[in-house]
Amino acid sequence: MSSTATSRGDRVTRTAVLLAMMVFAIVPLLSMFTAALAPQGSTPPGFSWPAHPHWGNFAAAWSAANLLPLFRSSVLIVFGVVPVSVAMATVAGYALAQFRVPAGKIIYALLVAGLTIPFESLITPLYYDLQGFGLLGSQLAVILPLIGLFMPFGVFWMRAHFLSTETALTEAGKLDGASDWQIFRRIHFPLARPAISALCILLFLATWNQYLLPLVFIDDPAKRTVAGGLGAFQGQYGTNTALLCAGSLLIIAPSLLVFLVFQRSFVKALLQGAIR
Amino acid sequence: MLCYGAFVLYPLGQSIQYSFYNWDGIGTATPAGLGNWRAIFTQPELLSSIVHAFMLIIFYTVIPVGLGLVAASLIRELRPGLFSTAARTILFVPQVLPLVAAGVAWTWMYSSGGTVNQVLSDIGLGRWTRAWLGDFTFALPAVGVIGVWVMLGFCTLLLVSGIGKIDPSLYEAALLDGAGRMQQFRAVTLPGLRQELVVCTTFTVIAALASFDVIQVSTQGGPGYQTMVPGVEIYRLTFLDQRLGQASALAVFLTALVLLVIWPIQRLGRRK
Repeated sequence: MSSTATSRGDRVTRTAVLLAMMVFAIVPLLSMFTAALAPQGSTPPGFSWPAHPHWGNFAAAWSAANLLPLFRSSVLIVFGVVPVSVAMATVAGYALAQFRVPAGKIIYALLVAGLTIPFESLITPLYYDLQGFGLLGSQLAVILPLIGLFMPFGVFWMRAHFLSTETALTEAGKLDGASDWQIFRRIHFPLARPAISALCILLFLATWNQYLLPLVFIDDPAKRTVAGGLGAFQGQYGTNTALLCAGSLLIIAPSLLVFLVFQRSFVKALLQGAIR
Repeated sequence: MLCYGAFVLYPLGQSIQYSFYNWDGIGTATPAGLGNWRAIFTQPELLSSIVHAFMLIIFYTVIPVGLGLVAASLIRELRPGLFSTAARTILFVPQVLPLVAAGVAWTWMYSSGGTVNQVLSDIGLGRWTRAWLGDFTFALPAVGVIGVWVMLGFCTLLLVSGIGKIDPSLYEAALLDGAGRMQQFRAVTLPGLRQELVVCTTFTVIAALASFDVIQVSTQGGPGYQTMVPGVEIYRLTFLDQRLGQASALAVFLTALVLLVIWPIQRLGRRK
């Protein structure tokens, strides 16, 4: 191992550099946490543990930011977006990887190009389209475009997975007289489960953290995603640092929780997917 | 597929169409010819938003990938254990949070009584303290550091896994040849990470050029136009100024720009 060749001084520098980076990553969050415990309306003194932590700020932020309807709305949007996107991406990815789809190459090229389209480029026409459909202001105004916007990534992800599975399995299934649907259902779907669950987590985070679309398409802050609602909350309580920080932490919590719980499988799947 | 067509491709086409008109969203649209397109290059605030987007690439891409390489090669030398897991996890946390929250956290860090100024005073650099996001010179770099914060973990994680796939015997061979840490890095690590570097660069460059959330929350493009980026400008042109044609022209230009920048990076990755 190379570590035997490194001197003690080297090891100290190494640890110090890594620790410095970890501090850089974590301090803004800790700083937000201590600020959230400061008395409301006061100017918290930078990064310091308050003498009398005001845990009540979290409860106050919960009701001031109207977080209950926001969480409900976010969950609704997530359930509207994630299952449909994942199902469509799985089927489309499977088709593009395993069958000779007419114009498959063109469809795939269009999707890959779609990976690079910034969301902002589409909000202007989408706004007026949605207005035309009479959907503006409802959660559907966020759900439908998000499904569309997630398609390139979803299909790309699932196609990459299905390309890596053994075609020999398909052949074996055919020899046993299984139909195309049975081959998918019995062989490829179970094998794809890790890729599918990773996609679910990624799309959950992307939806939950979505800010631009809800901000633009839903006037009523209570119908947005929590991240979108935070924008309105910031406008209202921008000067009340303690409350704002407490509210932000409450909004961060679910993303953080999902990441920490699924950390291992998530990171593994992410790395496999990204490199293909 | 249908959804993708209806909500991505069709609006993109509409954007292109809008970009040749003057329209306030309510009245009738009047043809504008190439006026909106010319404005991108002649109106200082539109042009500067594009320049800023490119400057953000330094912070979103160059620095995180550079630091990520350092972190990844250091983590490689660690024995697997609590410290190496903790390093990877903690560095990655900012990536999974809503960017809005990143904006809120750093707005507080940068405020006049915030942590950044507190640290500066504590180490005796009190005269450097300022309201960072309101400072004409430092607002853009300050926003850029938020980008470093968000992207560093992603780059590190990807590069760590890439290094894990490099054949350890290559490192042993280099060591036998008497290669130092830097030489090992140049001869073994860097060439072995080509694929990962392409993915990192692609992802972070798109994030830089299309940044919106962080800037909208922390500075809204200010002070003046010092941190204005195309994403925020499109939003403002559409919903505050009602200049839809101009917004669309900028939107199409931004999309083209992203494709133009990403394409050579991808080519570089495929060449073996």
